[in-house]
Amino acid sequence: MLIRRPHDIAPSDVTPRALFDRRREFLRLSAGAALAGMMPAAQAKLGPGRPSALSISEAPTPFKHVAGYNNYYEFGTDKEDPARTAHALRVRPWTLSIEGLVKQPKTLGIEDILKLAPLEERIYRMRCVEGWSMVIPWLGFPVATLLKQAEPLGSAKYVEFITAVQPETMPGVRSRVLDWPYVEGLRLDEAMHPLAIIAVGLYGDVLPNQNGAPLRLVVPWKYGFKSGKSIVRIRLTDSEPRTSWMKAGPREYGFYSNVNPEVDHPRWSQATERRIGEFSKRKTLMFNGYAEQVGQLYAGMDLRKQF
Amino acid sequence: MNLLLIKPPLFIACLTPLAWYVWGAQADTLGANPIEAVTRGLGTWALNFLLITLTVTPLRKYSGWAWLGRLRRMLGLFAFFYAALHLGTYLWFDQFFDWPAIAKDILKRPFITVGVISFALLVPLAATSNAFAIRKLGGRRWQELHRSVYLIGLLAVLHYSWMVKADLSKPLIYAAIVGVLLGLRIWWRVQERKRQLAGAYLAKPRGRIIPIAVKKPASSDG
Repeated sequence: MLIRRPHDIAPSDVTPRALFDRRREFLRLSAGAALAGMMPAAQAKLGPGRPSALSISEAPTPFKHVAGYNNYYEFGTDKEDPARTAHALRVRPWTLSIEGLVKQPKTLGIEDILKLAPLEERIYRMRCVEGWSMVIPWLGFPVATLLKQAEPLGSAKYVEFITAVQPETMPGVRSRVLDWPYVEGLRLDEAMHPLAIIAVGLYGDVLPNQNGAPLRLVVPWKYGFKSGKSIVRIRLTDSEPRTSWMKAGPREYGFYSNVNPEVDHPRWSQATERRIGEFSKRKTLMFNGYAEQVGQLYAGMDLRKQF
Repeated sequence: MNLLLIKPPLFIACLTPLAWYVWGAQADTLGANPIEAVTRGLGTWALNFLLITLTVTPLRKYSGWAWLGRLRRMLGLFAFFYAALHLGTYLWFDQFFDWPAIAKDILKRPFITVGVISFALLVPLAATSNAFAIRKLGGRRWQELHRSVYLIGLLAVLHYSWMVKADLSKPLIYAAIVGVLLGLRIWWRVQERKRQLAGAYLAKPRGRIIPIAVKKPASSDG
């Protein structure tokens, strides 16, 4: 057999995540602290977060893969690029504005956003349009909680998510692979669905930069690229937003991009997927296994045409 | 140049990419998605060896090192070897030998279609890469058959560029290299045609002459 099974215990599971992430800094601080005759105060963790009935019971993908295999093109198009380069991303100070068709336009600091609602742990499947998948224990709160802050108007039908562009920290934005800033969008009722969350952490701690720190969208029934990272602006509109991927390939990437094993990507099949860490492939599930919860959002729609 | 000093180390060197992936799979150093890393890596090396093979003739021509030509067969066979492994990983790890699904994939997905055609075109070249086949076919027909390697080079790059999601930078680098290697052949042919049209081959015959253009008499009938 060519491919060996992954180890049962990932190194990241043995070492506490906060320590693993900051191991060099820890050693440095420890040395300093030893001299000062005191130990550094423990880093405050975000989690673990309240358990949620919306979590699935499948085994989470090891942290090293969740934080080591990423599509975040602003930091390079290879999967290993973001983990290498995203440490430069400036995540403080961070503000998010909510504007457009809302009664109360808002600009919120990240500290206030973290206090909006108690954080929940949501263990979700994540299916990439490229044909691989993971199970990720996110830490976050419903998108609805955030949008309600600004009181969307009755005329608002869509939500546009605009993400950060930091040319000085993002080597990838120098090339025009996509139209920057990276823009994603949802229909308002999709955004208000309880499954749709704003994630601020994973594995019980703050989001690694390569996973979209300090706050990102997670829409588990859609292909991963719909879940925009490092969001700075949310705009409510009455017309369908044109997303970065729709501009890059209108024939290949539709506005909805719901996980659907019956509607193939024009260049490859979407019927199966490889769960990271597994050898065999799995059958891809309708709406990524969330059909029961979200199916009614698309009642009467032709999902082949509105892909 | 004693080829016995070059061929065995070169043979070993050509196997190092494969050794890298076998070792990486055992040591779990191929990242989160080792199967994809192996599949893509072997494809990349098939393309690399194809381009290396196509570089032999220009290199021999411009350096004057005739012995380089005698390494070409081995390098070409390694291109075939890595292409076969690349196809094998697709059939096994990607499709698990589900033949109806494979047939559908080949017919429906242009990048798979092009990949399979490239491989199918490599098979006769690999099969005739021996002295017996050259004797049997005759040098000229053998050479005509092996010219299909230029088409294979183009198809392989097309296969690569149709596979990537958005970032075409690497396929474009390969396309540029193939462009130079094929452009050189066209350039040589144009030069040869000019030389022949100028009647140079009539003036001082040198070796075997394969006319590729015939000069019309200046004024054939008043």
